[in-house]
Amino acid sequence: MSHELVLNAHNLKQHYHVKQGLFKPEATVKAVDGVSFTLDRGKTLAVVGESGCGKSTLGRMLTMIETPTEGQLNFLGEDLLSLSKEQQKELRQKIQIIFQNPYGSLNPRKKIGAILEEPLVINTQLNKAERKAKALAMMAKVGLKTEHYDRYPHMFSGGQRQRIAIARGLMLDPEIIVADEPVSALDVSVQAQVLNLMMDLQQEFGLSYVFISHDLSVVEHIADEVMVMYLGKVVEHGKSEDVFTQPKHPYTQALLSSTPQLSSDKRRQRIKLQGELPSPLNPPSGCAFHGRCQYANERCRKETPVLRSHADVHLIACHAVEEERLESFSGAA
Amino acid sequence: MSLLKLENLSVTFGQFRAVDQISYNVNEGEVLGIVGESGSGKSVSSLSLMGLIDYPGKVSADELSFMNQDLLSMPEAQRRKITGSDIAMIFQDPMTSLNPCYTVGYQIIEALKTHQGGTKKELKTRAIELLNLVGIPAPESRLSAYPHQLSGGMSQRVMIAIAIGCNPKLLIADEPTTALDVTIQAQIIDLLIDLQKQKQMGLVLITHDLALVAEVAHRVIVMYAGQIVESGPANEVFSTPKHPYTQALLASLPESAAGKARLEALPGVVPGQYDRPKGCLLSPRCPYATDHCRNVVPDNQGPLERQVKCHTPLDTLGRPAA
Repeated sequence: MSHELVLNAHNLKQHYHVKQGLFKPEATVKAVDGVSFTLDRGKTLAVVGESGCGKSTLGRMLTMIETPTEGQLNFLGEDLLSLSKEQQKELRQKIQIIFQNPYGSLNPRKKIGAILEEPLVINTQLNKAERKAKALAMMAKVGLKTEHYDRYPHMFSGGQRQRIAIARGLMLDPEIIVADEPVSALDVSVQAQVLNLMMDLQQEFGLSYVFISHDLSVVEHIADEVMVMYLGKVVEHGKSEDVFTQPKHPYTQALLSSTPQLSSDKRRQRIKLQGELPSPLNPPSGCAFHGRCQYANERCRKETPVLRSHADVHLIACHAVEEERLESFSGAA
Repeated sequence: MSLLKLENLSVTFGQFRAVDQISYNVNEGEVLGIVGESGSGKSVSSLSLMGLIDYPGKVSADELSFMNQDLLSMPEAQRRKITGSDIAMIFQDPMTSLNPCYTVGYQIIEALKTHQGGTKKELKTRAIELLNLVGIPAPESRLSAYPHQLSGGMSQRVMIAIAIGCNPKLLIADEPTTALDVTIQAQIIDLLIDLQKQKQMGLVLITHDLALVAEVAHRVIVMYAGQIVESGPANEVFSTPKHPYTQALLASLPESAAGKARLEALPGVVPGQYDRPKGCLLSPRCPYATDHCRNVVPDNQGPLERQVKCHTPLDTLGRPAA
C-alpha cells in the first residue's frame, strides 16, 4: 500500500475576472497560478500561507466545487476534468471537504442524523434503517454519543461540531479529505482532541489529507509534506521535517521566525517582514515576494523564479537560493 | 508603582458568573498576559475595567482602583475621563471595531477632541504624528481613508493609534492579533511592545496564544471558567506549571508533542452555566482529581506573586503534591 498515488495535480490555475467599473477593463485575479503536486495514500500534504495566498481556492478546486481555469487533476489514474457530469458525481464522493467554521458549515435546521445521512440519500441506494445504522456507526467512530443523533447543531460545542463535520465528510468512504483550516476556530485543548481524531481516522481508513492551515505548529505536527504558497504560487515544497528544520525560501524563513514559540531555546531570530501581502489584482513584477524580501535584487524584480529542486529534496522558487546569496537560517532547533 | 488594582472582581449575568472573584494588579511598565480558552472570562473581565458591561451584566468588586482612585464609586462623568485616555483598549477584530461610515482621521481626532481638545489644526497634526508612530506609510493621505480601504493589519494600527492618542498609562489589548496573519502579527506585537517600552505603559495582553504570551509577557494569569487558576512570572508558569489546567493546556500544544504521534488532549469541555461542578471547576476534567477536589472549592495557595488555585498543586516535576 505504500507509495500509492491517489491524487496528482498538474499546473492547476484558477483565474477570476473582476469588473472594476463600467468603463474600466476587466482585471484578472490569479488566485492560484500553476500549482502542481502529488499525494500518496495515507499521507498528509499541508498547504500553508497567509490569507489571500490561494490555499482555500486550491482546496475548492481539488473537491471540484470550482472548475480550474487550466491544468490537470488526476485521481487514481482518472482525469477528473475531462469526465462527464455523471462520472464526476461518482468520483466526487471520494474527495470530501471539511470547512473551517463548524458554526457555519452545519445546517442549523437539521438534526445531526439528517446531516450525516444526507450524503447517503443523495449518493446511495441504502434504505432508511441502513442509513441510520451507518450514521450511528460513524458517530461512534468520531466520539459522539448515540443520543446526539436527534439533536440540532446549536446544542453542541465547537469541538463537537467539528467532529460532526468530520463524520459527514467520512460518510461516503472517501479516499481524500480536504481539510480547510479544520482547527483554527477551536481552543487549544479541543484542537488537540480534533487533531488526534483526524490522525486516528487516517490510520484506520487509510485516508489522505490535504491539510490547509496557517498555523505552522499544527502543520509541523500533522503533515508529511508541506507546500508553502505566496500569492497563488508555490514558493517551497518539501518533506515536513526538511521544511521546518531547514527552510530555504526567504518567505518560509520569515513565516517560521514570526511564529511565537513557547520555549525560549526554540525561538528563532525574528526576520522582520516589511509591508503586507500585495494585492492580487496588481501583483508585483518578477518574484511576487520581492517587495518584502531582504535578498531581492534586480533579477528578482524582473524575472519570475520557477520551482526547481534544490539539493534533491526541496522544491524552491527563488533566485537568491539558486545563486546562493542567502545567509544560513539561524536558530532552528 | 501599581497602576491598576483588582480585588475580588465578579461579573454576573443573571445567575451566571462570567467572572468569578478575580484579583490582580498591574504595575507601571509591566506586560501582564492573561490566557485562557474561550468562555474563561478573560474578555469580560477587561470590558468591566473599561466600564463597558451593560445591563443585565453586573460588576461587583471589593476594590477596583486605578492609580489609587476607586473606579466603582466615582461618578460616571469622572470615570469617563479616565477610560479612553488614561486606560485605553484595543479590541480583537479591527475590521469591525472601526466605524465604517467615518474616515480614519475623523475617528482618531474624535478621541483626541473628547479627551484633550485643541484647534482643528493641532488635532490634525497630532493625528498624523500618531499614524506615523504606528508605522502607517503616507499618513497625511491615510487620514481621509475609510476603514474598508485598509487591510486588517493597517486597521489594527489605526486602532492602536486611537488607543495611544491620549498617552494612556494602561493599555488593554484584547486579542489584538488573533484576526491577523503571523507575519503581520509579529509586526503588530513588535509595535505594541516598542510603544509600551517607550512610554512605560502598563500593558494587559489578553490572548489564547500561549506562545505569544511566553515571548512578551513579564507576568501571566491563567483563567479557567471565570476564575484565575494560576498566576506568576511568565517563564516560571510556562516552565513549571503548578495547576493541572496550565499543565494540560501546555501539553495540548502541538509543539509540546514533538516526535509523538498523539497530542495530550484534555478531555471534556469548559463547564457552562448549568453544569458547574460543586468543588473545583476543573475536577471533572482533571486527571489528578480526588473526592476532596470534587466537593470542596480550593483556595488560592502560595505567595502573592505565584498563586495557584488547587488542592494539590503540582511540584517541579509536574506531579501533584501528596
